[in-house]
Amino acid sequence: MNGEKSADLLEVAGVSRHFGGVHALSEVSLAVAEGEVHALIGPNGAGKTTLIHQLSGAQTPDAGTIRFAGEDVTRLPMHARVARGIARSWQVTNVFGRLTALDNVALAVQGRQRDWGGSFRFWAPVDKERAIVDEAAAWLAEVGLAGRESTVAGSLAHGEQRQLELALALATKPRLLLLDEPMAGMGPEESERVVELIEHLGRKVTLLLVEHDMDAVFRLADRISVLVGGRLICTDLPDAVRAHPEVRKAYLGDADA
Amino acid sequence: MTQLILEQALNGFQFGLMLFLLAAGLTLVFGIMDMINLAHGSLYMVGAYLAAAAAAASGSFVVGVLAAVAGTAVVGALLEVAVLRRLYQRDHLAQVLATFALILIANEAVRMLWGDQPMLLNAPAALAGPVEIGGFSYPAYRLLIIAVGVAVALALYVVVAKTRLGMWVRAGASNREMTEALGVNVKRLFTLVFAFGAGLCALAGALLGPLLAVQVGMGESILILAFVVIVIGGIGSIRGALVGSLLVGVVDTLGRALLPWLLRGFLPAETAANLGPALAAILIYLLMAAILFWKPAGLFPARG
Amino acid sequence: MAGEGMKSALYRQSARRRGLAFAALLALAALPPLLQALGQDFYVSVAARMLIFALAATSLNFIVGFGGLVAFGHAAFFGAGAYAVAILAERGVTSAFVAWPAAAALAGGLALLIGAISLRTRGVYFIMITLAFAQMIYYLFISLKAWGGDDGLPLMARSTFGPFDLGNDATFYWVALACLAAALFLLDRIAHARFGRVLQGIRENESRMAALGYPVAAYQLACFVIGGTLAGLAGALIANHSLLASPNLLHWTQSGTLLVMVIVGGVGTLYGGFAGALTLLLLEELLTGVTVHWHAALGLLLLVVVFRAPRGVAAWLHGLFSRGGTK
Repeated sequence: MNGEKSADLLEVAGVSRHFGGVHALSEVSLAVAEGEVHALIGPNGAGKTTLIHQLSGAQTPDAGTIRFAGEDVTRLPMHARVARGIARSWQVTNVFGRLTALDNVALAVQGRQRDWGGSFRFWAPVDKERAIVDEAAAWLAEVGLAGRESTVAGSLAHGEQRQLELALALATKPRLLLLDEPMAGMGPEESERVVELIEHLGRKVTLLLVEHDMDAVFRLADRISVLVGGRLICTDLPDAVRAHPEVRKAYLGDADA
Repeated sequence: MTQLILEQALNGFQFGLMLFLLAAGLTLVFGIMDMINLAHGSLYMVGAYLAAAAAAASGSFVVGVLAAVAGTAVVGALLEVAVLRRLYQRDHLAQVLATFALILIANEAVRMLWGDQPMLLNAPAALAGPVEIGGFSYPAYRLLIIAVGVAVALALYVVVAKTRLGMWVRAGASNREMTEALGVNVKRLFTLVFAFGAGLCALAGALLGPLLAVQVGMGESILILAFVVIVIGGIGSIRGALVGSLLVGVVDTLGRALLPWLLRGFLPAETAANLGPALAAILIYLLMAAILFWKPAGLFPARG
Repeated sequence: MAGEGMKSALYRQSARRRGLAFAALLALAALPPLLQALGQDFYVSVAARMLIFALAATSLNFIVGFGGLVAFGHAAFFGAGAYAVAILAERGVTSAFVAWPAAAALAGGLALLIGAISLRTRGVYFIMITLAFAQMIYYLFISLKAWGGDDGLPLMARSTFGPFDLGNDATFYWVALACLAAALFLLDRIAHARFGRVLQGIRENESRMAALGYPVAAYQLACFVIGGTLAGLAGALIANHSLLASPNLLHWTQSGTLLVMVIVGGVGTLYGGFAGALTLLLLEELLTGVTVHWHAALGLLLLVVVFRAPRGVAAWLHGLFSRGGTK
């Protein structure tokens, strides 16, 4: 992998973040290559979600740099990172509960509009903009929510809300998608559907996937990074990670048993 | 000149201490319950009126002050149990509307009881004159206010920083759920904090009564100053309230005394005479804007 | 089918509602001749004042109800608009076509400055900071003797308005009504446009909007400025109405009153500001006739609203209305 530095879409170097006296992340360095599905695993409290926060811009690291497509984005606010192509989903469903599914995604599509003033348009009714409506409907279909367009998001089933969450992230047309436990709280059937969806997505965008379901991780990931106690202990191909002694000790040991 | 600056600085310090008495209760209420209480200034007014009434009835300033503190604490506790408690879970808009209504009611209640005219509250005769300190003379009564203010500020610091009650209060300001998990009866704690804050308001109202007018509406102007203090210091932080109070008190008082004179140094006399008071009047707001620009959560943010 | 879901929940504007709005506009326009026929000419001026406050409250409702920002300093923009007209009139600029836009622009500029700093904060901080900044403007105006100090700045006459004589109360009423109707129409368009939907999203879930690539603060600032600008227009009207730019217009209790109007009328509803201004000013007319302590009565009524009709009078009436309609 060493010779292909230029192909790395995301380069994380020495990122640290602490809360009070707790070191949630200690000098984490990580590279995600363009086009790969990169999984991030580790026990609860290892700092996985905290890392996603630093990458998405929800928080700013205390030290270290984050480069995206060659540009330093360490200090950029979240919306500016989205504009550059970093999108995320949340571990706990985070949608617009009182808007319809279609309105949810339409907001995401509209957020991408940069033509004369983007969303600083004060006159023309937005629900007459076919381009936005049609694209939003297409994204809903893509994640398997066709037919649910006019259902209020808050009354969708849990699994459907997770799918909507994915549609929101996808509709920003990201180059890098950060997925924080996309299968959290799902039944086996719903999980299977999402795994298939991610498999399908992985062929289109670069993915950084945080997930607890090890079957899913080993099935989906091109490479896996392991985070334990805020430190990155290894990044490698799935089989190598499975065999890595420290990983077995720190993490897989109890998960595989 | 030195005499003037020194005197004004002391006046500012004294006003800052009184502001702190108001801001301390207010910042805890904001910090712990995330509640905006516009009626805090009304407690200050009620305290001043109670002090004036009790002093007039008993002939003793001290009795007036003590009666005001006790009476207002009771009023505060009743208010909390009857109205404010129902607002903690509501949004800020509902809190603004309800406490704005309380101001209207309090002002009219005071008018009904004591009339439209300002009430007279005299400082004790023994403290009426100035005292000499090393060739510098300063009103004795203002010295007393400074002494009381410093003593209360110290006591408050000890209570909040060193006692278990204070620990709960501080914990409540930074993390309400965690405090509840510790088994603290937050409901009762808050009634207590509120009554305590009301008592401090009354103390400020009673002590400032002889210097400022005891009249309807006195609570509102000082309330907004207390807001400025809290915003500068950081919501929920006692230390922030103290620093903010002294900063606002000194900057405001010195600004009013010195700015017109300073401006005369490099502006035409007429312009300076016009601009000086205006600039002095908005000085603390500019200070607040500047601090917020650099530190949006105030100087000592209580929440991580 | 897809378009079906696109209608915003708060702003559901049907053809029927448009018809109702038009009928209400006609009815309001017919009020002055009606009052004059009844020999109640005085109330034409009272009604004009209600319309002006309705405009001010509507502008605040846009910030509070649509922008989701609890702003407690709206008096600054209202008062600044009034002073702008009075100061311009003193210098010989009496045309409404110059002075009123200038008043609105001044208020909008002020909103841009105050908003840019205040929006760095959230929640209770935002409430207190907008309040403090408005007080700053208040003290600035009363300490400048050139602008009348505590007494305010009087106007010799109402602004000139092309061939129309605003000195005539009925004409002035119609102009105020036209301003209010135009503002309501504009805000309704905005709420349905891209910008309005972004505001709705921000109100619903601010952090999610940032994660969709929206610079949230910029949209909130724009919303704040729009509200401030309209409040400046209302200020221009109120100075014309009372022939005085009074410091009372800038006082924080004015901000409180406007906010009370919004809450009473219904936060985030198009006609909330209108309903609230009407309710409060009618109450004032009624209660002042009954007791000198009408503020206390008003306070008690407000407490009832907070605890019994939290969504405002408009919603409460709407509830009664729709229940009656389904039977």
